[in-house]
Amino acid sequence: MATTVHELPKSEPRRSSNEGSGNGGWRNLVPAGGDARKLADYSPPPASTGIWVALASITMTFAAFTSALVVRQASALDWRHISLPSILYWNTLVIFASSFTLEVSRRQVATYMGGLRSQVARPARWLYVTLFLGLLFVAGQYAAWLQLGSQGLYLPTNPSSSFFYVLTAAHGLHVLGGLGGLARVVRKLSNSTLRRSTLDATSRYWHFMDVLWLYLLLLLWMKL
Amino acid sequence: MHDVSPHTVQHGAPTGFIRKHVFSIDHKVIGKQYYALALVAVFVGMVLSWVMRIHLGWTNFAIPGLHFLSSTGAPGDVMTPEYYLQLMTMHGTIMVFFVLTTAPFAAFGNFFLPIQVGAEDMPFPHFNMMSFWVTFLAFLVLVASFFVGDGPTLGGWTQYAPLSAVGAVSGPGQGMGVVLWASSIAIFCVGQLLGSLNFITTTLDMRTKGMSLMRLPLSAWAWFITSIMGLTAFAVLMPACILLILDHVAGTSFFVPSNLVINDQVLPHTGGSTLLWQHLFWFFGHPEVYIAIIPGLGIVSHVLITNMRRPMLSHRVLIYSMGALAVLSYMVYGHHMFVSGMNPFSSLAFSFPTLVITIPSTIVVLIWLGSLYGSKLRINTASLFALGFISMFISGGVSGFFLAQPSIDIMLHATYFVVGHFHLVMAVAAIFGIFSGTYFWFPKMSGRMMNETLGKIHFWLSFVGTYCIFMPFHYLGIAGNVRRYQAFVDDYLQPLIPVHKFITIAAILTGVAQFIFIYNLIYSRFKGAPAPDNPWEATSLEWITATPPPHDNFGGKLPVVYHDPYQYGIEGSSGDYVMQNSPEQIKTAFDEK
Amino acid sequence: MAKIFAITIVLIAIGSAIPILMHTWDLPQDISTHGPLIDEQFSDTMAEAGISFLASQFLLAFFIWKFSNPKPGAKIRNFPGGAMGLVIAAFLLVGTEVLALGVFGAKAWASVYFTPPAANAMPVQVQAGQFAFYFRYPGPDGKFGPLHADHISEGNQNFFGLDPQNDPESRDDIVSAEMAVPVNREIHLLMHSKDLGHSFFVPELRVQQDFVPGVDLSIHFTATKVGKYEIVCTQLCGLGHYNMKAYLEVKSQEDFDSWIKQQAAAQ
Repeated sequence: MATTVHELPKSEPRRSSNEGSGNGGWRNLVPAGGDARKLADYSPPPASTGIWVALASITMTFAAFTSALVVRQASALDWRHISLPSILYWNTLVIFASSFTLEVSRRQVATYMGGLRSQVARPARWLYVTLFLGLLFVAGQYAAWLQLGSQGLYLPTNPSSSFFYVLTAAHGLHVLGGLGGLARVVRKLSNSTLRRSTLDATSRYWHFMDVLWLYLLLLLWMKL
Repeated sequence: MHDVSPHTVQHGAPTGFIRKHVFSIDHKVIGKQYYALALVAVFVGMVLSWVMRIHLGWTNFAIPGLHFLSSTGAPGDVMTPEYYLQLMTMHGTIMVFFVLTTAPFAAFGNFFLPIQVGAEDMPFPHFNMMSFWVTFLAFLVLVASFFVGDGPTLGGWTQYAPLSAVGAVSGPGQGMGVVLWASSIAIFCVGQLLGSLNFITTTLDMRTKGMSLMRLPLSAWAWFITSIMGLTAFAVLMPACILLILDHVAGTSFFVPSNLVINDQVLPHTGGSTLLWQHLFWFFGHPEVYIAIIPGLGIVSHVLITNMRRPMLSHRVLIYSMGALAVLSYMVYGHHMFVSGMNPFSSLAFSFPTLVITIPSTIVVLIWLGSLYGSKLRINTASLFALGFISMFISGGVSGFFLAQPSIDIMLHATYFVVGHFHLVMAVAAIFGIFSGTYFWFPKMSGRMMNETLGKIHFWLSFVGTYCIFMPFHYLGIAGNVRRYQAFVDDYLQPLIPVHKFITIAAILTGVAQFIFIYNLIYSRFKGAPAPDNPWEATSLEWITATPPPHDNFGGKLPVVYHDPYQYGIEGSSGDYVMQNSPEQIKTAFDEK
Repeated sequence: MAKIFAITIVLIAIGSAIPILMHTWDLPQDISTHGPLIDEQFSDTMAEAGISFLASQFLLAFFIWKFSNPKPGAKIRNFPGGAMGLVIAAFLLVGTEVLALGVFGAKAWASVYFTPPAANAMPVQVQAGQFAFYFRYPGPDGKFGPLHADHISEGNQNFFGLDPQNDPESRDDIVSAEMAVPVNREIHLLMHSKDLGHSFFVPELRVQQDFVPGVDLSIHFTATKVGKYEIVCTQLCGLGHYNMKAYLEVKSQEDFDSWIKQQAAAQ
């Protein structure tokens, strides 16, 4: 063998990464001590990347619904504006509150999981409140449907009402999914199998449902 | 070697037949299940194409046994006009979704992506298992439409409104058939999203020590890029299908305008937009065809490199080109709608990115050709199919020059020219990619070698046969032969019927040749020569595992990666290839700069 | 085997090119004023596509021939210019080629779609419905009467849903199952769909345009040669799609005038 060259594997710029909070650190290959075999190793937990993937896909779905709404409104003269049921605004407050309670519970659970159990008497308490508020939101959305129905506005009545039902149903289904995720977090907390990344990912999904609702409310308010 | 990394999945080996082979969370089993599904689907799709082609060549021919499939669709075994369209719709839908999206991406990707990145499994194995069973359910729902009332929908895989949206009044199969079609596709979208979730997180978060993104093999990059596209494209198709179903069952009018009259009855719908469906569908539809081909680009690159005994001229350029194809694919969808009635300025606008997308495609082909130069090319079935892919990709791509221009599209839209174009790139090139991957990876997946002689016969018949089938489509299109006709009654089409007969014969013969492949697959699975761990002397991580790989892929010790993939032909190295996890220290001329 | 494969590729490439070079199956004859621009664009594209196709298939075949079954001791070599050279070649050759096609092709497209119909273009309306085309001429008053969807009755041959009793403009409208136009006269074709998506395609006229249900759009063209041509539907519209056609007769002005008189009398 003519040459023996000590060639270090390629390295990428170092970026810091916080395990569990998912700041998106990339694979870090800075060799420690110059030895190719001792490689530092950071990457975000899969739940964290995974939830961003899911949120990207949900965003595309609602983008498609949005463009369908815009095009449908412009394509004919039959769009009748409807007044949004007033309970929608209460529901908005409810889901907003649930994001708040979720954040409170997230910090408490993180403290609890971090070993400081004495500081947190009932770690799941605020999770239950969030779940309750979530269910209240879904019930409130159903009440909004009933309110519309009492005005004679159903799914096929008018394109504007069609989109009202479609958008709120699609969002509501995703909220129910989020409630399932939260319930799973409660269960895992109770048998001590909860990972920080799961908690954070589930919370991120829930906050997204909140933001998505604010967007949909704005869209409905402007267009319907 | 090092011990398990922080993100290992660590599920124990399953026990029992059901857990091992049916409801398995092992990505390898899931990959094989997808492959089996694609095999069944391609067989169904191919048989459909045979009966379609026979009918086109000989319209009143009684195809033996056809009445068993549908007594109303084929009374006395002679296909009715509507049944032709129904079979055609199922052919397209099954092939595009359940073969071309499933085999190159879900089948091989599920099996090999985790291994190629150096992981034990994907991070969400239960979602992964769900993705297969959801896809399988979608297939069942679609096939069910053969057996309902008046059969499957006849609106083509593109399901343009209002034909697709007004219900049974527009034709046989347009009631329940459409609802089943749209439901099947919506379910399929869910399966794809679950799959994409796993592919993306595997690539980003589960790479083993030393495996930087640039050290991933090209097949892994192709699956990664494809999964991102799947995420965004299928997420748009699903709402479109939901709105279509609502127009059917809920009395809405998303896609159906007012004052339509069928059978002297004014339809109750008002105000919908037919072009809206086209925009939503093609926003998905164009990325979809790149989802069908990009894994093939990756697989073919991967197979070719091993058989050329040298890396590609530039690893990075191929990755960037695949990425560019993916990004551009979202900007070109309007080229399916040049004469649709959308604003003619939009047509021009869409034609420019469509023309520009030839550039990354050309770069990919030129890099392949340039890498063949000065290589040490090995000829085996896998490399033959990979080289055949290049030939087909060139042929199919070149017809794109015509279709990308709206002025020429005036003459070629909805003719056999389009059908020839997409069959060459999808039905032939992408399928060749699947074959290449099969012959290449079968030893690792099953522990046995496939028969090379049968493989080469399969290749020759397929290569020559598919050219005989699909090249003439272009001539038919230039002559003005319109597509989706069950028979050719127009005066100007009469001279073209002999061409159709020729194509039909070529199609049947080429189809029969595929049974050589099936036989080879099944025979080799049980009686093939035992395969060594690295029969092709290849460098990527899948070749370091046992054959077939155990449940956790690497036997509990994940590899450490020291090299770029494709370290072949290294001066001063002990062999003509260096595996990715080899601690041998080398200086290469082709290392990533 | 490699050498046989290489030869096969070359033979297939040449074999594919022969029908094109010999014009065995060609675009139908052009009878339109805007056709020459389209046909020129088509030929240019065919030349560029053909050269690209042949060159790349030949190169593929040549490299397979040359670099398979290497001699022992053969060294791996780089293509001259390396990857960058090829990328630049792709941009320069293909990139400029396609941009040229795009820019010049825009002219052909513009001649069809970006010019308004002439002031004296003759209006004809075509209605597409499962599975027939019907045509309407405005008659001496030069106006089309309104369409009423609820008046449509195939049985009574009221294909367009006209109401001559209440709409004076409808009274002289002429409805026909065939389309006739005078030669060298610009036609303003108003397109209306009765039920679903259809398309109006006359290859010789270099015209193909989809109908959009709910939107009445129009195109214009001028036929330059007397004769009988077929109008075929190219947008899948149901089981009768293959059979949905009508005849277009391009007549001399005199023949057209007598034809329209006959049609008017037969209403």
